[in-house]
Amino acid sequence: MHEMSPQPHVAHHVPPTGFIRKHIFSLDHKVIGKQYYGLALVAVLMGMVLSWLMRIHLAWTNYPIPGLHWLSNTGAPGNVMTPEYYLQLMTMHATLMVFFVLTTAPFAAFGNYFLPIQVGAEDMPFPHFNMMSFWVTFVGFLVLVASFFVSDGPTLGGWTQYAPLSAVGAVGGPGEGMGVVLWASSIAIFCVGQLLGSLNFITTTLDMRTRGMSMWRLPLSAWAWFITSCMGLTAFAVLMPACILLILDHVAGTSFFVPGNLVINDQLQPHSGGSTLLWQHLFWFFGHPEVYIAIVPGMGIVSHVLITNMRRPMLSHRVLIYSMGALAVLSYMVYGHHMFVSGMNPVSSLAFSFPTLIITIPSTIVVLIWLGSLYGAKLRINAASLFALGFISMFITGGVSGFFLAQPSIDIMLHATYFVVGHFHMVMGVAAMFGIFAGTYFWFPKMFGRMMNETLGKVHFWLSFVGAYAIFMPFHYLGLAGNVRRYQAFVIDYMQPLIPVHRFITVAALATGAAQLIFLYNLIHSRFWGQPASDNPWQATSLEWSTPTTPPPHNNFGDKLPEVYHDPYQYGVKSSMGDYVMQASPEQVPSEHDEA
Amino acid sequence: MGKFVAVTIVVIAIVSAIPILRHTWWMAPDISQHGAPIDEQMSETMAEAGISFLASQIILALFIWKFSGSRPSDPIKSFPGGAKTMVWAAFLLVGTEVLALGVFGVKAWANVYFAAPAANALPVQVQAGQFAFYFRYPGPDGSFGPLHPDLISEANANFFGIDVDHDPDSKDDIVTAEMAIPVNREIHLLMHAKDVGHSFFVPELRVQQDFVPGLDLSLHFTATKIGRYEIVCTQLCGLGHYNMKAYLSVMSQEDFDSWLKKEAALQ
Amino acid sequence: MKSLHGCNFVAMLVALAMVAAGALMLGQQVNAAAEGTITGTVKLDGTAPHMKGIDMSKDPYCVKQHENSPAHLENVVVGQGGGLENVVLYISEGLTGNEAASSEEPVFDQKGCLYTPHVLALDVNQKFKVITSDQTTHNIHPLPNAMTGNIPWNKSQPPGAPPIETSWKTPEMISVKCNIHPWMHGYFAVVKGPHATTDGNGAYTIHNVPAGNYTVTAWQEDLGTQTAKVTVAAGKAANANFTFKGK
Repeated sequence: MHEMSPQPHVAHHVPPTGFIRKHIFSLDHKVIGKQYYGLALVAVLMGMVLSWLMRIHLAWTNYPIPGLHWLSNTGAPGNVMTPEYYLQLMTMHATLMVFFVLTTAPFAAFGNYFLPIQVGAEDMPFPHFNMMSFWVTFVGFLVLVASFFVSDGPTLGGWTQYAPLSAVGAVGGPGEGMGVVLWASSIAIFCVGQLLGSLNFITTTLDMRTRGMSMWRLPLSAWAWFITSCMGLTAFAVLMPACILLILDHVAGTSFFVPGNLVINDQLQPHSGGSTLLWQHLFWFFGHPEVYIAIVPGMGIVSHVLITNMRRPMLSHRVLIYSMGALAVLSYMVYGHHMFVSGMNPVSSLAFSFPTLIITIPSTIVVLIWLGSLYGAKLRINAASLFALGFISMFITGGVSGFFLAQPSIDIMLHATYFVVGHFHMVMGVAAMFGIFAGTYFWFPKMFGRMMNETLGKVHFWLSFVGAYAIFMPFHYLGLAGNVRRYQAFVIDYMQPLIPVHRFITVAALATGAAQLIFLYNLIHSRFWGQPASDNPWQATSLEWSTPTTPPPHNNFGDKLPEVYHDPYQYGVKSSMGDYVMQASPEQVPSEHDEA
Repeated sequence: MGKFVAVTIVVIAIVSAIPILRHTWWMAPDISQHGAPIDEQMSETMAEAGISFLASQIILALFIWKFSGSRPSDPIKSFPGGAKTMVWAAFLLVGTEVLALGVFGVKAWANVYFAAPAANALPVQVQAGQFAFYFRYPGPDGSFGPLHPDLISEANANFFGIDVDHDPDSKDDIVTAEMAIPVNREIHLLMHAKDVGHSFFVPELRVQQDFVPGLDLSLHFTATKIGRYEIVCTQLCGLGHYNMKAYLSVMSQEDFDSWLKKEAALQ
Repeated sequence: MKSLHGCNFVAMLVALAMVAAGALMLGQQVNAAAEGTITGTVKLDGTAPHMKGIDMSKDPYCVKQHENSPAHLENVVVGQGGGLENVVLYISEGLTGNEAASSEEPVFDQKGCLYTPHVLALDVNQKFKVITSDQTTHNIHPLPNAMTGNIPWNKSQPPGAPPIETSWKTPEMISVKCNIHPWMHGYFAVVKGPHATTDGNGAYTIHNVPAGNYTVTAWQEDLGTQTAKVTVAAGKAANANFTFKGK
């Protein structure tokens, strides 16, 4: 019988031929997802090496680091890192990690690969935009990396690029001329790429669901990508013009962010009329949703991975979805908590602190639902579920330190200290990374048709879990003791007793970093020589495990798009397959936890 | 392996809590008049955060211990009350807790920002510029001369750009590289940024505030303990950010008066 | 015969070379014999301006280096008898361009969080070294005028960093500051041709000046310039004294 599917046909039915169309300029969302993953992998390795250099310098300031002068002779004459080079490396570390790793891997990489499959579509509705989104993002990456090669080096203003330092030009310091222009251009280009991506994600979710796939029947990972893309559309749309205004201040003689009467090197600067705080408002209006863009996909992935390994659905599918949605909406109302002592009206500080405190509630609901779902579950321990559990632990820790930073009066003591750095590394640098790892171990078999090595995965987990706590817990203690952030060395009297703590952290960081090489080896080795995987090695229910081949064929489902008969997480049932029934399986079973 | 994970989580949680409980690395003792409510907020938040942290990590560990390695024949249990319990718990426990913190914290914030400086507060101007703080006292006439940015010349130690030849109010202004204040006397700190964003942070004084180029902000505070403290910059301002500091000396009124006289003679 | 041809050729080359060398040496001897000096003193007329003390407290290392010798601004340094130190004297008119370039590589040091010397006089394209003798990081920032063709730069020198070797292309009085220690100021006085800098007594001698008529300019960073015309006789010392008026 002729199967009528309600969704529009996508243009590129025909599988591509030729190497370029298949692997380079591919319209296939699966290839694009893998390209994003590869980009994120390169970026994370660069970001990690930069962090090693930073940590070594902090622990043993002014010691020569062998070979460093090859990276930059100006930055490290005689292999001794200069203060500006530390800040430049720090800025690049953060920019690479936040944009090209944390936004790219959990959202663009896994989302591109799996969202269309999880909704039951052949591809996204705008494959050309999708291809452009990757290549535009890649160009953004190249522009960013190019700043390493200009004479003054990359910008040193932090990933937050506060004005006027970022806007006054080369007089502000090394890297503040061309370095800033390249940074802002790179980010503006990145924003365009992500807007194109978000467009596709939203339309895929709303318009491309196969028959029987209602919104409530979407897996939690799909919901997470959908919610994230809504945030992306609005947040990146503000950052891009902000970056353009910043570039104009550099090249067109404007003064959007620079007030008058500034004196640098005894010279009155040729600017007037701009607002320092305007940059902060624009940046953080993007910046706060951005950190939720970094974590919500991880929440979706971790939920998805955990459910499969708990053999039961979450306590409430809808409450999790509502909570993720609430986080997204509230994330726009809290951004001023980055600006409590910025000089903005102190009443505004109080105004921003209340939504910040309230956003604890949906975060807590999410954690409690996870914990409550663990209760009575049949938890399977494997590399993927270990990282998912680790995510929960890290997210709790990072979230709890947020209680402090949400209050302006306490922020007086903690703003711009290592407490903040510890907080965001816990949630972004560790929890979000664990989400990426969980997704990798879980979905690798589907993407490449081979299993990753379980033993290496478990070793990777143990070293990363213990290592990450060893690195970032002490950051909170340093912050309480008043250790200021973004210092290339600790010459302040009261910070001297804290230097041994920094040495401990550095050793932990180098060791944990080395452990990531186990993951890298596992990825590469398994890709070519891993044990062949079946179509559904985890006995999971969602549509990606229903594809006719593994990896999925070009149009994901072969001749016939699947029809969905079940909620996404029918585990704990008795079916012909065992304790689960797949979404696409017509088999009717009494369902225990059906909610939809 | 689930049991190992559980034990590890508990060990990490407890080991992390120890330095906090023992105050191994902690805030320096408060020397300010407005700091007590801030410290109270910190302690309350620490208690609530600590309990939430330990409780949730231990529950996580407990559930991993209990429910990993179960056999396929074991039934799946549901947490009593299901999702509803969790939502209520979140609203009641966490929601009220954080709102309470928010409401009580308003007072600590208001003390710093919503009270006007006393009429007899000692005005001190601080200018932040790449990469040092300089201070200006108004001198016996009690008023600051105007600032002329075009006259700033570091080479001639005219850091503020004051014109002693043409502005009578500037004649007795005292510019110093260290800040000294009398103990138990309210200070009205007038903050001026010369070039880019900086920040004024004295942990002991429970004071942190950004300098905003284009916006002259002010703070007021009273120091209650004699001693020598450091003012550090906390807003990334360029390559010398790490070495941007000045000493703050809190002195008796007499010592302060003689210090000011000495500095005046060096102008 | 072939080999004789070759020998002849080599012999001619050697002979030519010897003649050339001899001519050069003779030429130089002739020049050296013809070079004179310009000497004199630079004084300040009037009261020496008060050089404020420098409060280095923001960097305790710097304070320690001056425990026994407090630092002062060095804009106008007047010695006993009214001699002005750090005045640069150079020839502003009359140079032929054949003057021998200085082959020294002077050193500009950061010591005790001050620049030593406070003013470094240099030839155009003369190589010089910037070093640091301090255990605190410095950041040298020369500030040439964008229009002159001298390219500004900004480099940090942590303790133990290697010297910075560089030169300037165009004559200019280039102020130099340390970004990290705002009181540190100095000058690179880039001039063409022979030059000298006054010592603590205000005395100077410009060496290697060929015989001729010249205008000598004395430059002091705060007090401006003065000029004097001199005639240098071969092998003799010409005299030019300067007096700057105090403010």
